[in-house]
Amino acid sequence: MVASRVTLKAIFGISLLGLIAACAGGHPSNGPVGIGKPITENQIRLWNIDIGPNGEGLPPGSGTVSDGAVLYQQQCASCHGDKGQGGIANRLVGGGALNTNSPVKTVGSFWPYSTTIFDYTKRAMPHNAPQSLSNDQVYAATAYILFLNQIITKDAVMDAKSLPLVKMPNRDGFTRIER
Amino acid sequence: MTLSDRNLFDRLGRIFNYCWFDGKVLEDIINLDVANGDELSMNKNKNLTERRNFLKKSLTIGSAISAAASTKMAFSQNNDSNFLAIDPWTKTQGSGFINPPYGLPAKYEKNVVRVLPSPPPTFLTGSRTPLQSLYGITTPSGLVFERHHAGIPDIDPNQHRLVIHGLVDRPMIFSMDDIVRLPSESRVYFLECSGNSAAELKKASGKTAQEIHGLLSCCEWTGVRLSTILQECGVQSSAKWALAEGADGAAMTRSIPMSKMMDDALLVYAQNGEMLRAEQGYPLRLFLPGFEGNMSIKWLRRIKLGTEPWQTREETSAYTDLLPNGKAEKFTFAMDVKSVITQPSGMMRLKSKGFYEISGFAWSGKGEIKRVEVSTNGGASWVQAVLQEPVMDKSLVRFRSPWMWDGAPAMLMSRGVDSSGDVQPMMDALLKAKGSNFFYHNNAIQPWRVAANGEITNGR
Repeated sequence: MVASRVTLKAIFGISLLGLIAACAGGHPSNGPVGIGKPITENQIRLWNIDIGPNGEGLPPGSGTVSDGAVLYQQQCASCHGDKGQGGIANRLVGGGALNTNSPVKTVGSFWPYSTTIFDYTKRAMPHNAPQSLSNDQVYAATAYILFLNQIITKDAVMDAKSLPLVKMPNRDGFTRIER
Repeated sequence: MTLSDRNLFDRLGRIFNYCWFDGKVLEDIINLDVANGDELSMNKNKNLTERRNFLKKSLTIGSAISAAASTKMAFSQNNDSNFLAIDPWTKTQGSGFINPPYGLPAKYEKNVVRVLPSPPPTFLTGSRTPLQSLYGITTPSGLVFERHHAGIPDIDPNQHRLVIHGLVDRPMIFSMDDIVRLPSESRVYFLECSGNSAAELKKASGKTAQEIHGLLSCCEWTGVRLSTILQECGVQSSAKWALAEGADGAAMTRSIPMSKMMDDALLVYAQNGEMLRAEQGYPLRLFLPGFEGNMSIKWLRRIKLGTEPWQTREETSAYTDLLPNGKAEKFTFAMDVKSVITQPSGMMRLKSKGFYEISGFAWSGKGEIKRVEVSTNGGASWVQAVLQEPVMDKSLVRFRSPWMWDGAPAMLMSRGVDSSGDVQPMMDALLKAKGSNFFYHNNAIQPWRVAANGEITNGR
């Protein structure tokens, strides 16, 4: 009986010390513990598809408005309408009147960055087969949507250099809150 | 309410385990308990039919009351006198253990489920939590609202990886085994879609708390602090923003300030004591306490550190709010202080005058709930509700306020105040401040209209 009481006390004491140590430690703040494996940018290139607003990350390749027109009818028109007027999915073309009681937000009237069209189309479109389009196809689709919105001309070619230079009509239409 | 009223109420509650907010149940129980025998026997057949009809009807309103109704029915069938009969379930052995192996709610609760919008849109946007059927602050995992942009991916946890790269000293890849080895913590936080309650901005859009405000849930989330795992990679001082990306067909991406990532952001792998549900991001999601739900990227596969936000579709085209001057607010991260009365609430009915406990949820993405006030007269006067402990930062808080209904028309409202000093606005004030074109972050006060017959409807 006495022996077991001593044992319990000892266990309790050790547990208490452990608890104090854990509380004092909290989250390790003294650098890495060596979990995880290093990886190179080349190894993750198929995942590394994000495009920044200044064109960071845009891949090689290019697309024309006319190539985009063909692709659009095959891959996009059934949801977005044959002229981008909208259907079961969002309208892409026209719109505006953002400061009225009937604003119409589309890629042309609302989206502030041309690079976002490439980024979103590449990662999430077409809806039934995301990430199935080649970079050339995504450039072409982007070019056609910009052309339908009369933001670029019919003979424009979109690539890593030209796309970030396309200024969207609503480029300055946003206020950053950041809280 | 007199002391004896309260005693009777408590006694009935103990005996019948009824659900307090359904006045019909309460009234029937009182009739059975205290009415004289002559009146009971004269009306017996009529009462039975009425009660059976009520039982059918109650199932469509909410099954929280159905268990009580069933108890009452068995009682009335056996009731040839004013004495309780021994119930059949008392006189036999019940069903066995682990039936089924993963336990389910009682069969009488089958109507407490998530619902889709009605009619469902072509591209489904989300399912909603039955707020009016919840107790306390925890949302059971199977009732947590859903919002996905490309369906729920089927991810084998042994195949899942997280990559962290960009402005780090050491780009790294982590398996799920790696992640669960790191120091973890469990925290209770609410999760709210910033589009919650949006349809109410234009007009009364829904009938129940679930339909109107059901893109809201609260769980205990377990995971690793981002600040912990980022030490494995070495954050460079130039890193100001992070991009989080999902592994689903939307490859959902949002830009997040590094200040949030290094503060309380969690890499979550478990929810309410078990691994995440598939629809909640299994096996790994980001969780940003208090921020709009969309930013807590599910099925998280990649984090990239950079200097500026990426301006993704979900932070420019969507999840931004258009103001009357034509400019839109973006990077509106924190969910504002908000509350809603869930009991009693839309589509419930108070059948008799007397005591009710008004109760509901309050929450804020900007801190802790400091106070909740309740009005029963449409905001003409307010009383302070009791906040149920624990009151936790960026968690749902349960508030309670006693009410004696005098049988006259009433308008129930609740108003939350948070530790940042923000006060939940009336709808008129919110619309005046932000115009009619904004869509996200509706935190207006929800009015519930109580008619003289006890029916409760959306008072918007």
